[in-house]
Amino acid sequence: MLPDATLADYALRLGDDSLVLGQRLSEWCGHAPMLEIDLALSNIALDLIGQASHFLKFAGRAEGRGRDADSFAFRRDALDFRNCLLVEQPNGDFAQTMARQFLFSNWQELLFAQLQHSANDTLADIARKAVKEVAYHAHFANEWMVRLGDGTEESRARTIAGLEWMWRFTGELFERDPALKPLVDAGVAVDVPSLRPDWEDRISRTLAEARLELPKPRRWVMGGRVGHHSEHLGHLLSEMQFLQRAYPGAMW
Amino acid sequence: MNAELPLKDRVLEILSQVADPEIPCVSVVDLGIVRDVRDGKVFITPTYTGCPATAVIEAAIGKALKDAGFALKVATMLSPPWTTDWISDSGREKLRAYGIAPPDRGTAKHSLRDVPVECPRCGSRHTEEISRFGSTPCKSLHRCLDCREPFDRFKCH
Ligand SMILES: [Zn+2]
Repeated sequence: MLPDATLADYALRLGDDSLVLGQRLSEWCGHAPMLEIDLALSNIALDLIGQASHFLKFAGRAEGRGRDADSFAFRRDALDFRNCLLVEQPNGDFAQTMARQFLFSNWQELLFAQLQHSANDTLADIARKAVKEVAYHAHFANEWMVRLGDGTEESRARTIAGLEWMWRFTGELFERDPALKPLVDAGVAVDVPSLRPDWEDRISRTLAEARLELPKPRRWVMGGRVGHHSEHLGHLLSEMQFLQRAYPGAMW
Repeated sequence: MNAELPLKDRVLEILSQVADPEIPCVSVVDLGIVRDVRDGKVFITPTYTGCPATAVIEAAIGKALKDAGFALKVATMLSPPWTTDWISDSGREKLRAYGIAPPDRGTAKHSLRDVPVECPRCGSRHTEEISRFGSTPCKSLHRCLDCREPFDRFKCH
């Protein structure tokens, strides 16, 4: 295929969202409150990292400079990551992790449901496969929001705090980026503002079931799509990339 | 092996001896992972995008083909996405005998709907789900309320 910098950038955004959240969730492995949750979070992390490897591999082909999924994951600095800020937020406690998953997976399921009709065959194929998995992630997070929100006083307070923290990063999910306009016009990329009504509907329904309120509107924090990240991403990468930084090109 | 058979049939015959690395009672053909044989390639599809067994399966298939004297490459195709509806009837029986409740056929589209699962040990449908995520991406965890045994179920997907 001919090099296409905009298409490569779009694939990086899709891949980096999944990669960074997958890495975040893997931090729970061996530490979750119950064995079943440990299994669930590890499985969700694996799904996300699997999706990332497909998107990043495709980004390398679109870029046309010989980079593969591993070089994007392990040999790139924080400034070059294109994930949204929501996914790099720290796990906090289990309620905060679930709040992030709830807000993100419901968005990602709607995103992939549209991306599976992309005019780009590879992106459509990846989305068609991934959307089935993400439906499980959203279902899992929705169930936990209800269980925690409508649970004890303690679980309810922690869930509200988690939602309050994560909410400011959700505006970025629906921000239209002029740089992607050619791809949206060509039917390759999803026009994200169009996802908002369905997303708000889903979020509100689950929160109502959990007897929780939609967090109050606040100023959105954005910048992930152009590489302006929080300090949290650097710490995450220092762990994820340690081996390739210490032993460049190591293989086994 | 019958050399008169078409290439695809001969390849499937060989690959029906290649066990899934995580659920060795079934072969990669039983699971519906092997999709096509054409243009000098055997096309396979991953079950879940993040399934860690994917690379092992690809290597095992490549080795089986080489050992049987086939000069075929292994290629991955993502679309159409794998579904448990592609698991063969004999594959379903092997899963049940192994202690894993097989996925109901034709229910993959409604994978999130709660349907009573049949206990692979005593056949009771009086069972409950313990966790939708099990020891591998493709399985969920259940408990039989009659014989009291916990069991894995191959999730409809
Ligand atoms: Zn039983």
